[in-house]
Amino acid sequence: MRTDRPPSCLAPPAAVARRDTLSPIELENLNFAYPVRRVLDGVSFNVPPRTVCGLLGPNGSGKTTLFRLLATLLPAPPGAARVLGLDVAERPREVRRCLGVAFQSPALDRRLTVEENLRQHGHLYGLFGRDLSGRIARELERADLRDRAREPVGRLSGGQQRRVELAKCLLPTPRVLLLDEPGSGLDPAARLAFRGLLRGLCDEQGVTVLLTTHHLDDADACDRIVILDRGRVVDSGAPDALRAQISGECVLLRGRDLPALAARISEQLGVTAEADDGGLRIESDRGYELVARLMQRFGDRIESVTLSRPTLEDVFLRRTGHRLECDRRAEGRS
Amino acid sequence: MTSAPPAHPSAPMRSTAPPGGAKRHLVLLVLAVASLWRREVVRFLRQRSRIVGALATPIVFWLLLGSGLGRSFRAAGAPDDGTYLQYFFPGTIVMILLFSAIFSTISIIEDRREGFLQSVLVAPVPRVALVLGNVLGGTTLAAGQAAVLLSAAPWAGLSPGPAGLMAAAGWLLLIGFGLASLGFLIAWQFDSTQGFHAVMNLVLVPLWMLSGAVFPASGAPGWLQWVVALNPVSYHVAAVRRCLVPVEVARDMGLPGWPLCAAVSTGFAACLFILCVRTVEKQNASRFA
Repeated sequence: MRTDRPPSCLAPPAAVARRDTLSPIELENLNFAYPVRRVLDGVSFNVPPRTVCGLLGPNGSGKTTLFRLLATLLPAPPGAARVLGLDVAERPREVRRCLGVAFQSPALDRRLTVEENLRQHGHLYGLFGRDLSGRIARELERADLRDRAREPVGRLSGGQQRRVELAKCLLPTPRVLLLDEPGSGLDPAARLAFRGLLRGLCDEQGVTVLLTTHHLDDADACDRIVILDRGRVVDSGAPDALRAQISGECVLLRGRDLPALAARISEQLGVTAEADDGGLRIESDRGYELVARLMQRFGDRIESVTLSRPTLEDVFLRRTGHRLECDRRAEGRS
Repeated sequence: MTSAPPAHPSAPMRSTAPPGGAKRHLVLLVLAVASLWRREVVRFLRQRSRIVGALATPIVFWLLLGSGLGRSFRAAGAPDDGTYLQYFFPGTIVMILLFSAIFSTISIIEDRREGFLQSVLVAPVPRVALVLGNVLGGTTLAAGQAAVLLSAAPWAGLSPGPAGLMAAAGWLLLIGFGLASLGFLIAWQFDSTQGFHAVMNLVLVPLWMLSGAVFPASGAPGWLQWVVALNPVSYHVAAVRRCLVPVEVARDMGLPGWPLCAAVSTGFAACLFILCVRTVEKQNASRFA
């Protein structure tokens, strides 16, 4: 984890001061409602320059809507969202010029070859000729797709298509990258490589990244996390700082007759056991000691005990009262 | 794109599209339009079934329907000296234009579903480029397919001559542009191709049937004559027919004059194209709800 980042990603409403004007992405009391339902409710946060900021939230938390607003696909309310200091509502065309956007489903033409897809995308960004060819060669190299360049995209695997999508996104050297679930469809090794790529873009080329993810390890690799739930920002900060809010370890118990067990645990050991995901979950400063005591007293009722360091999932659970799990299973849009 | 984004502290000293004058904007526009146009054509050429369909359908349709209808009925006012196959020929050309221009714009629905459209919408090109690229692509495919049938004119007993053929080709492009715009406008509203087909059958087929393509308006009841006169497609059919038959035949048939055909066809294309651009420029929250 890097420590040389600015301390907070969440802008206090009063502090719309000089520091904030330096943030490539600024959201200030952003509200948005579709005709039938309210989706974003007073969302405010900044993404400092040269950072990777992860948006964490379950389905329906408003992540994708936030993306569409920043990407100028939906009409943002004036003054609420700025990219590189440009109001998204008032200057959408200029905002688009600075953005690289990768959506959840690859936006590729399956009948065109990899190279044709990249070339087409370059044309839309005003690139052509030798400049464009050079960029295409560079991105194909970076995505390790040089030998597939002349194949129709429809013939590539899901992970390869994902890489084409990212290559396409990077082609016009955007200053701000918006990535919706960039890790989905990539195998663990490719995700690791991709995280390295993002880190390089931030450090060497000054790119700022806002991404959504439901992979906790991807979220852990971000400089900042913004936790979004039901259209509100519920917490934000560096992953380590967020995890540090939960003391000690988490103990997860599985067994029979859990509600009765929970009552007896709290009665006899004075700790709170919450029902969670078919088990009981207890936060404790001294988890290892608690495990010993639990096994001594309730060993006959317990089928398994898991002792773990707090994860971002635990932070999310603490903040919202529900798990991210649904998001992980559905892998759908939020 | 009125001015360059202000210098931002985090912005590196590189720019994707350096700001420039009107000329630069024009280059960007042409580049985007040409690229989207090319994509439509390449996609078509890579689908063998579409090519076979495009070449075979018009000829089969004209021969079967024309022969069948010609034997079955003889509409009052239909030319006596020509066969029904001759009469039906310009109507078939317009039908091919209508169907292929409108079917080619179905690609918009596929693009939306596959996500490709989103990536065009977040690119820094004016919306008019997206519409123009797609509509020109549809125009090219439609006019190309109609031209295949047009080249069969001598076998239909029509001898328009080189001037007539050139004029007809020009009309194919103008009519194709208008119909592709119509297709784009309809396709933009739909998320599935099923809804699109319903509109096709409910609106477009009657539009073609009541255009003087299948039967001449002169023999129809009074109210139907009015419908034909108010139908813009009637002027498309009349224009193509005028290109293919001698002047005196056109006069005898009571076809609308060149200026009227040109005014209606141009107005039709221009209005629909502007409507397309307006519709696409409107960011519509309900599309995502």
